[in-house]
Amino acid sequence: MRPLSQMAAACIAPLTFAGPAAAQSSLDETINTIFADYTGWYVSIIFADLPGTNFSWIALWLVVGAIVFTIYFGFIQFKGFMHSIRLVKGDYSDPDDAGEVSHFQALATALSGTVGLGNIAGVAVAVGIGGPGATFWMVVAGLFGMATKFTECTLGVKYRNEYDDGTVSGGPMYYMTKGFRERGLPGGRAFAMVFCVFTILTAVGAGNMFQANQAHAQLSGVLGGYPGWITGVILAVIVFAVIVGGLKSIARVTEKVVPFMGIFYVLVSLVILLRNYDEILWAFGQIFEGAFTGLGVAGGFTGALIQGFRRAAFSNEAGVGSAAIAHSAVRTKEPVTEGYVALLEPFIDTVVICTMTALVIVITGVLQLDPETGLYAWNAEAGRIATEGGVQGVELTSAAYAEAFSWFPPLLAVSVVLFAFSTMLSWSYYGMKAVTYMFGEGKVQELVYKTIFCLFIIIGSAASLQPVIDFSDAMLFSMAIVNIIALYLLMPIVRGELDSYVKRLRSGEIKKYKGGDKVQPGVTPGE
Amino acid sequence: MQNQIYVVAYEGNQDGTRVLDYAIRQASRSGASLNIVHILEWSPYQFLTNEEIEERHRRRGEEMKRAQDALLQPALDKAGQAGVEAIGTLKFGNVVQLVAKAATDCNAEQIFVGRSGAQSIGARIFGSVPLGVAQIATVPTVIVP
Repeated sequence: MRPLSQMAAACIAPLTFAGPAAAQSSLDETINTIFADYTGWYVSIIFADLPGTNFSWIALWLVVGAIVFTIYFGFIQFKGFMHSIRLVKGDYSDPDDAGEVSHFQALATALSGTVGLGNIAGVAVAVGIGGPGATFWMVVAGLFGMATKFTECTLGVKYRNEYDDGTVSGGPMYYMTKGFRERGLPGGRAFAMVFCVFTILTAVGAGNMFQANQAHAQLSGVLGGYPGWITGVILAVIVFAVIVGGLKSIARVTEKVVPFMGIFYVLVSLVILLRNYDEILWAFGQIFEGAFTGLGVAGGFTGALIQGFRRAAFSNEAGVGSAAIAHSAVRTKEPVTEGYVALLEPFIDTVVICTMTALVIVITGVLQLDPETGLYAWNAEAGRIATEGGVQGVELTSAAYAEAFSWFPPLLAVSVVLFAFSTMLSWSYYGMKAVTYMFGEGKVQELVYKTIFCLFIIIGSAASLQPVIDFSDAMLFSMAIVNIIALYLLMPIVRGELDSYVKRLRSGEIKKYKGGDKVQPGVTPGE
Repeated sequence: MQNQIYVVAYEGNQDGTRVLDYAIRQASRSGASLNIVHILEWSPYQFLTNEEIEERHRRRGEEMKRAQDALLQPALDKAGQAGVEAIGTLKFGNVVQLVAKAATDCNAEQIFVGRSGAQSIGARIFGSVPLGVAQIATVPTVIVP
């Protein structure tokens, strides 16, 4: 299984260097060969399918983890959902702490790193291959993933480092080191170092090259074909200006625009659904029926389940550990409150936004039905449902929205570029936190990392380096292997935090500042 | 009448100076004391970058210190030199709401606020600080031109 590469294959136009085709081919091939030779075995292990299935063990690893955390914390994502909303609204925020980072801000910033291509291209891939039923399993996996986020982000805040100058650093590497030590477990530092290596490689690959690659594919699709290095240089200069030059206004603008893009995307989806309100029930019928029968899609029930679980795991990053870095800087005296807030992330990312995309694709009829059987027409050669014009990936999403609004595709292209840019900024930060953990705080190491990061933007935009992208995908999921093992070992600590918090919440020791004095129902299984 | 308190919404600019001077004169005549309120505009719903989030606690401290040293303390000194008793209030948040709340919290007799920005087109559409305070305050509000 090659998640990002599947998406890439689905939506990347052939990328070219500016130079002669032969030279480009030669350079690409050389890099590809070197990378494939040295890393191919590792990529194959990470994305290996379980024997006798086409379901990769890594997706199962993420889903099983999510189910374990769900059960262990008593279905926290459902029982604590309303409490999460109240925390985000600031009902429990001390007015004297105004000016500090709010729960809403931490959530919005973390979301800007996850909402993106997975919600647009990834869903199209899932529905295109697994049929509408994949949506059902995607939602199920997203709901379970909420418990994983709860666990990792609670730990992220609990074990962060707070420095004398008031800055904070947190993330899995910190809870691995400190949490393991607290529990008397060996190897925390080694776990943290391995996690950091994976994080840096992911930041440069999936969080950078792949995003740059996609941004160029979208821009060249709208503006006409042009060499990828041009996009690369422009993006690299902008990113350099932000992360090295401290040109924060660009980052601020992006951080402001991206959430609105997300909201706009959902609103447009809602308008399309409302315009086709008479087909919504039919679409849900297709999703439910397809979830258990496959509606003629190859693989049937299993195919739908696999695609849904896969895309959800890839989209919301639950268990990868990146969210724990983003959420750890929030100002709160109760680490578990940030866990509550973070569990909304997979809900917004996967349950809401991915479902919207899937519903629009199903309702607008871009997936072709076989008039004789009434089932979806299967394109055996391409290994997916036949679509109008044979489009797939982000182009399928674009075609679906264009059925309702012809002006939408260019806007979607802009959104994809902004999402990609935002994801790059987020991952540059995650990578830098890993660098500073490994090599210590210092301007030299930061500058070296940031410069390398920017150079890889150009490479990612300009070249079609599939093995490199595959390797970076493998690194992303390697983060999840290390992180979820740590979460299993540290989840009793989170349980203790949760029990203590709920007890004090019910006794009134934790004060509610807004929205009345009523103790929150649904915070504990007993309420 | 020593127990009378006037709240001064103090911005620190030229308008703020006029408001402060006027409030000091009024307090001096009536024997009231002043609560000089400076609000650092902040919304918990504005979007921040990862770096901004990481540094926010430190920056908040710096912003408060700067406001205290450069704005509030000189204003308190000015009131003191005029023989008017004064305390300072420094908060983050919505200016209109917090000025009104400060007046309620200290049982103020009235609020003094500058006219700054009240005539702009933006203020006409979205509302301005003086008009907002006048609308929601529970005590009389004096808008100083």
